[in-house]
Amino acid sequence: MEAGATKSVIERLGGVGLLPVALAIVALPLTGSFSSWVTLTVAGLAMGMMIFLMASGLSLVFGLMDVLNFGHSAFISFGAFIAASVLAALAGWAHGPSGALNLLAIVLAIGAATAFCAAAGWFFERVIVRPVYGDHLRQILITVGALIVAEQLILAIWGGAPISVPRPAILRGSLVFGDVAIEAYRIFAFLLGLAVFVILSLVLNRTRIGLLVRAGVENREMVEALGFRIDRLFVAVFVVGSALAGMGGAMWAGYQGLISGTIGSEMLILVFIVVIIGGLGSIEGSLLGAILVGLMGNYVAFLMPKLSLASNMLLMMAVLLWRPYGLLPAVKR
Amino acid sequence: MNAILRLEGVHTDIAQYHILHGVSFDVPEGGVHVLLGRNGAGKTTTLRTVMGLWRAVRGKVLFRGGDITGLHTSDIARLGVAYVPENMGIFGGLTVEENMRLATATGRFDEARLGRVFALFPALETFWKKQAFALSGGQKQMLAIARAIIEPRDLILIDEPTKGLAPAIIRNMIAAFREIARETTILLVEQNFHFAKALGSGVTVIEDGRIIHQGGMAELAADEALQTRLLSLSMEAPMGTH
Repeated sequence: MEAGATKSVIERLGGVGLLPVALAIVALPLTGSFSSWVTLTVAGLAMGMMIFLMASGLSLVFGLMDVLNFGHSAFISFGAFIAASVLAALAGWAHGPSGALNLLAIVLAIGAATAFCAAAGWFFERVIVRPVYGDHLRQILITVGALIVAEQLILAIWGGAPISVPRPAILRGSLVFGDVAIEAYRIFAFLLGLAVFVILSLVLNRTRIGLLVRAGVENREMVEALGFRIDRLFVAVFVVGSALAGMGGAMWAGYQGLISGTIGSEMLILVFIVVIIGGLGSIEGSLLGAILVGLMGNYVAFLMPKLSLASNMLLMMAVLLWRPYGLLPAVKR
Repeated sequence: MNAILRLEGVHTDIAQYHILHGVSFDVPEGGVHVLLGRNGAGKTTTLRTVMGLWRAVRGKVLFRGGDITGLHTSDIARLGVAYVPENMGIFGGLTVEENMRLATATGRFDEARLGRVFALFPALETFWKKQAFALSGGQKQMLAIARAIIEPRDLILIDEPTKGLAPAIIRNMIAAFREIARETTILLVEQNFHFAKALGSGVTVIEDGRIIHQGGMAELAADEALQTRLLSLSMEAPMGTH
């Protein structure tokens, strides 16, 4: 078959969206056991969804206003710590016998983290980011500075010792299907990430605000020339992005079980890799990149533990050599 | 004739460069007014200054007698000024329909107006649901112009619409612009004198950020000596000889 025809068939089957499937198929014989493969795949998908929550906002902010926000990880950290505090305060509900109260506790913890980070995002955009639009060097300096301040604030409020974040009782166990055991928390993380993706996609693809955001990612000057204030739109996108980072941080806290003040900066590298792999300004790209990173991280950690740290860097290099603008960039060239 | 747009002593800087040096000219209401000049003369800077995309450091831009010099670009657009940039400003990841819908004030089309746009540019109807990045250069230019006329506008600023287009498409473009100019004023930036001559009623010539001539297009077209003196432009070949 000619290269063009092969490409056309691949595009019809889903294009680059098939990459996670291809990765999973390649990993199946390598893992040597079907149950291990399923466990790793579900873990990768859950991890990918949590990273997607953290990365999607950054991708939109990056794509829409060309702002390099290294302070994004502060929202991940705050989300994690606020969720941990709320869960600790609601320990009676979270660890009691009532499944409904268990769920209510985690929903309230995630809700509090999301709401706080939305408000903090609004403040951050007004005070930190707004004065440095259009100046990348100052953006890096001031957002890194803000990140340091945020981490010190976390240290001052929650102390330097790692904090344990026990999962609510209902999300503690595993669901067993034959030989395969899947952690309930991973299923919850996957479903939450999927729900957020569906909502974001609907807003971006079915509403006028979404249309403006997608257009603004491509050419904000032209959106203004059509009569719209992109700066006002950007505040809303920044707030949503920060809120999602907080939600991702809250979920990650429960996933890790033990958090410290550097949880956000530890995730930032992965978040940037996802944004770059997926393509700037693209929610679909962020999801694809996050799932690839999640799967790759889990498969490689199982097969070649020593390579696990480098695996996502290698993945990013490979993608950039193949598609320099990422897998699904918002701006079509 | 009343001026719909007036520039009074406009100076514009881009970074450390002083590009416009006291530009003053009037655009009369109705028809096509052409701003001619060679590469780097300040034509695009003039349009972008009118649109508020670059700020005039001195001087005034008056639209229908009102000072719009310090207004935000979006406010200028809402006053009824449309802008078609040299790179067309198409949103490639959006469909043709989405590009057009974005240019409407409410997100809804006036069906009669949309019908007139399709009559001018039938290709847009054909590719209505296609992503705009897949269109040809000429189709993208049509989309950019269609977007500017999908709502009633008082003034359309168009920057070098013929650049890189085939002669046949340029001829279609002339017909379309004549039709559009029946109901709105067009300020057209051009280097292609033959295209400008076919459309323009008035002409302003800019050189090194200064206006060096303003008058009727018919006089300039008839006076070869004046053309040679004013337009030592990179004169493009007449249409149809490419």
